[in-house]
Amino acid sequence: MHYLRGNTVKKKALIAGLSAVAIMASLAACSSDGGGSSNAKPTNCNNKIVNADAPVVSVWAWYPNMAKVVDNFNNDHDDVQVCWTIAGQGADEYAKLQTAVSAGKGAPDVVMLETDQLTGFEIQDALVDISDLGANDVKKNFAEGSWGDVSQGDAVYAVPIDGGPMAMIYRKDIFEKYNITPPTTWEEYETAAQTVKDAGGPWFGNLGSNVPAALTALFQQNGAEPFVYDLADPQKIEINLDTPEVKKVMDYWAGLTEKGLIGTEDQFTTDYIAGVVGGKYGTYVSAAWAPGYLTGAGVGQGDDAGLFAVAPLPQWDTANPVSVNWGGSALAVTSQANDKKLAAKVATGLYADEASLTDGWKTQTIFPLNKDVLTSDAFVDNEVEFFGGQTANKDIYIPAADAYEGTTYSPFSVYYYAQLQAQLVKIAAGDVGGSQAADDLQGIIVKYAQEQGFTVE
Amino acid sequence: MADTATTLVAKPAAAAKRKRTARERAHSRTGWLFIAPFGVVFVVFLVTPLAYAFYLSLFSKGLATGTAFAGINNYVRAFTDPSFLKGVWFVVRFSVVLIPVQMLVSLAAALVLDNLTNRFARFARLMIFLPYAVPAVIGALMWGFLYSPSFGPLEQIFGSFGLDAPFLLSPDNIFYGLMNVVTWQWAGYYMIIIYAALRGIDPTIYEAAKIDGANAWQVALRIKIPMVRSALVLILVFALIGTLQFFTEPQVLGPVANGTITPDFTPNIYAFNLAFKYAQFNYASAISFSLGAIVFVGVYIFLFVTRKRGSVL
Repeated sequence: MHYLRGNTVKKKALIAGLSAVAIMASLAACSSDGGGSSNAKPTNCNNKIVNADAPVVSVWAWYPNMAKVVDNFNNDHDDVQVCWTIAGQGADEYAKLQTAVSAGKGAPDVVMLETDQLTGFEIQDALVDISDLGANDVKKNFAEGSWGDVSQGDAVYAVPIDGGPMAMIYRKDIFEKYNITPPTTWEEYETAAQTVKDAGGPWFGNLGSNVPAALTALFQQNGAEPFVYDLADPQKIEINLDTPEVKKVMDYWAGLTEKGLIGTEDQFTTDYIAGVVGGKYGTYVSAAWAPGYLTGAGVGQGDDAGLFAVAPLPQWDTANPVSVNWGGSALAVTSQANDKKLAAKVATGLYADEASLTDGWKTQTIFPLNKDVLTSDAFVDNEVEFFGGQTANKDIYIPAADAYEGTTYSPFSVYYYAQLQAQLVKIAAGDVGGSQAADDLQGIIVKYAQEQGFTVE
Repeated sequence: MADTATTLVAKPAAAAKRKRTARERAHSRTGWLFIAPFGVVFVVFLVTPLAYAFYLSLFSKGLATGTAFAGINNYVRAFTDPSFLKGVWFVVRFSVVLIPVQMLVSLAAALVLDNLTNRFARFARLMIFLPYAVPAVIGALMWGFLYSPSFGPLEQIFGSFGLDAPFLLSPDNIFYGLMNVVTWQWAGYYMIIIYAALRGIDPTIYEAAKIDGANAWQVALRIKIPMVRSALVLILVFALIGTLQFFTEPQVLGPVANGTITPDFTPNIYAFNLAFKYAQFNYASAISFSLGAIVFVGVYIFLFVTRKRGSVL
């Protein structure tokens, strides 16, 4: 009896022990699976690998036509293959990349980033200077302004793909009904807005709280330089958010809001798109990627087909017009990439072939920055369907892109945008005026920069 | 006398223990092995992350500086950080208003359902419980559409009276907009807990009450509610912990709320954004621990107060 009992106990102990070991083993397996994505050959690609023998470079990107772009690249290359993953669009991807950077593993070899995010990752040593890894060879393909957005001095941290020269999209039906012509200055813009309002018309435009990047571009249009920062001296930063240039723009938009001339709905929401379709807004001050985005969201395909047109961005001073940029992305090589040279080859070659670029601009997915495309007859003379056959590239967007001189971004764009957004919400609610919001914003950002160890000048 | 008794009892027990040492040891080893699967998961997924987060919270790292030991500096900063304090104040206010409403709704539903025994009651029970079966994210997305000024039913309802519909996610209304979503989501779950407790009451007590001349109201107020008090305390604790850690609904509704839901809206959202958007894992850990401390103190005070009053739990 005693013997038997002991035996059962032993058996139970054995089983329990085995199950514990099994669980430990599976846990260990989990953790090693999760972290090894950049070492082992990735298997969870969104695309097919054409040449199974070639080394694989992992890429995170969210361009809508990325599937075609990746296939083009893989078909053209025997020596390297791209394994592409969508890790979310914009902020979602940045959050994942930030986590991977902080963890020290899990980042892809090549990552798509908007140009305003680059500095924030550069300062964390998350990106590789690829100037000598092939980037300088493709420099000639890009305008100085766009190249400046991806470089710090001689160092180059990404290869530009698309940009967002800004212009004013407007509704022809509304402009005709209230008998107005596209305003060329911001003064005229306000007068036109007042005219439409007095006649009982819709809002003339919109300033959503979730487009702080667009508003920042408009600061720059008035000669503001919100941040002066150079990675060569990474601890020093200049923050100019309470200058007269910024305040003038803030007061202008706060004034439009206060007078009820523009809406304050967040953009890129279903409600906003419904408003655009329904003629709730006379204009949409936006970037060159907007027509593609709006088309994808279903705008201009029903009763509102052919009602949209585009005009140059209104100016503060028509004698010295300034072009600004909102959005646009680039491909960067992360410092976690095993083979940085190979990754740089992908960053410079992906979305750089003619077939991909042509597909990109024809589907209005991107406004390309590659000079070969910008000067090609097909692109220049293209009659944009969304704008009812208007040659928008030639007349509006290419001149705007050519005149763009580049931007200096802060290393904490996400925080800055969040704080500007908070100020915009307050302005929309009528809690603060434009100048006050600019002063508050300056205080908040300076305090944050100091907390982060920067010397604010 | 008592001492002698203990020693008398203790002696043979101790003797027996000495005799069975080997077997006892085997037994206890087996016991440990049995809880090993749980223990491993507990240590790997709860204790280790907590310890690591606490370790992180003792350091500080700025974008422009390296990592440095900070001691309690992050905690000092947290409790003087207006963003954190504002978030805490919001969830505290939210709990104070939300929890009584939730409890009233679920208690009323449970009492009514307990009194009904027809087929409709079973159907209603299921329907009230249903929102809890909808994942919180999907529920919040759904409410996002219901609140939408262009697509939501509010527009039509108010429009038929010639009024402008209120936007329930605007800065002035967000409190009630969120309260509605959370009550909808959780009242059914709490109702089931109370209902189960009500079913556990011996029906002869009701009979006795009726014989004593109590009407239905008196039975509900004087017998049923006091007898399910422990269930009420339980759901209060659940609700308190859940609400102080408010995250999912505001996070999901954020993109359609016109900027009303800021990155520091609730302490949990603030911690999430600090870590994953602003790359401040150290400070985010300190915020999380500070929130944990506040929740712990809140729940402890609450349990202490209710224990004294009703001697439940």
